[in-house]
Amino acid sequence: MATETHGAEAASTCVDAGGSAVGMPQLCGDWIGNQVFWLVITLVVIYFVLARIALPRIAAVLAERQGTITNDIAAAEDLKRKAEEAEAAYDKALADARAEAQTIAQKARDDIKADLDVAMEKADAEIAAKAAESEKAIAEIRDSALANVEVVAKDTAGAIVAALGASADDAKIAAAVDAQLKG
Amino acid sequence: MATESAETADGGLVFHPMDQFIVKPLFGHGEVGMFTITNVTLWLFLAIVAVVLMMVVGTSKRAIVPSRSQSVAELAYGFVYKMVEDVTGKDGLKYFPYIMTLFMFIVFANFLGLIPMSFTTTSHFAVTVVLALSVFLTVTVLGFVKNGAGFLSLFWVSSAPLALRPVLALIELISYFVRPVSHSIRLAGNVMAGHAVIKVFAGFAAIAAISPLSVVAITAMYGLEILVSFIQAYVFTILTCVYLKDALHPHH
Repeated sequence: MATETHGAEAASTCVDAGGSAVGMPQLCGDWIGNQVFWLVITLVVIYFVLARIALPRIAAVLAERQGTITNDIAAAEDLKRKAEEAEAAYDKALADARAEAQTIAQKARDDIKADLDVAMEKADAEIAAKAAESEKAIAEIRDSALANVEVVAKDTAGAIVAALGASADDAKIAAAVDAQLKG
Repeated sequence: MATESAETADGGLVFHPMDQFIVKPLFGHGEVGMFTITNVTLWLFLAIVAVVLMMVVGTSKRAIVPSRSQSVAELAYGFVYKMVEDVTGKDGLKYFPYIMTLFMFIVFANFLGLIPMSFTTTSHFAVTVVLALSVFLTVTVLGFVKNGAGFLSLFWVSSAPLALRPVLALIELISYFVRPVSHSIRLAGNVMAGHAVIKVFAGFAAIAAISPLSVVAITAMYGLEILVSFIQAYVFTILTCVYLKDALHPHH
């Protein structure tokens, strides 16, 4: 070890006359009190700065950020759910509309069919009536034609008889024609 | 040590690797009393300033999307918070501000000590012993307050064979009381050794032929010291968490 000179400049037994360290300054007892004193003050100050100001603030910021993130994710989920709901509603509306269109079409078809049936029936009835009427008219015409044939035949027979120069009365001719017509 | 002194004959090499650790008054040349404002005071104060700048000023905007300084502060917060939570469990989070205080102080004291011409407060055993003893005493008191005599089960390894337990108890007891010693010397020793080695390399720079090598060596050591500064702060903090866990849950 160096000689422990206590020079005028040396303020401590741990520093030699030239201002250099004697041994390890870490082991110098003279300085321990000073270091411990200031260290304790430093630690207390840092502790209060951290515990009172910095750490609560950072904790609050982190919590707030976490909250914001959670909220944003929840909002996004909400929007997604809404979009899905809207899509489902749209699909449902589409299906409903399609079904309704089908029922309307069916109804229209049924109505038309019913109308058609009624009209057909009416038409059939009219046709039948018309046919009956026509038949009657035809029968009448045939009857009258027969009667006319008789008249014409009698007239013709009278005329032919007159032409042949013979004379015969109408009653005789009519009876002859009738006899002929009856075959 | 005499050999460190300059006046050896050869080459005029000057080695004063330990001079950087001398405590001296900031004003005047008097004795270093207990309340004297010394270089220790200055660098401890700068550590406070650094902590305030990073943790208070840096976070003053309380932004949801953090600025650079705020994200660093948040990173430090999350780093220590997760460490405490992982090692000691949820019930250790009550002590998070104390552990954060230790971590922030050590980390900033170490890194401020890397500034050239600065004084490294954590290189002194007086400082690290106070830190380690405060942890040791707190943990011991806390262990007895929380668990009563049950805290002693920390030394009684119930999973070991009965015949071995007294021996193990003795070993556990010794290792328990060695904790503050290793806890403090690990930090101060690492920091001091690195700084002294840098100074020794710097002394060699006086020889022109060696000086380039010396500069490279200093640079390499400086890089190593940056690692050491952080790792030692981390080690100190995580050991504190481990000791705290022992106090809260002494059963193996």
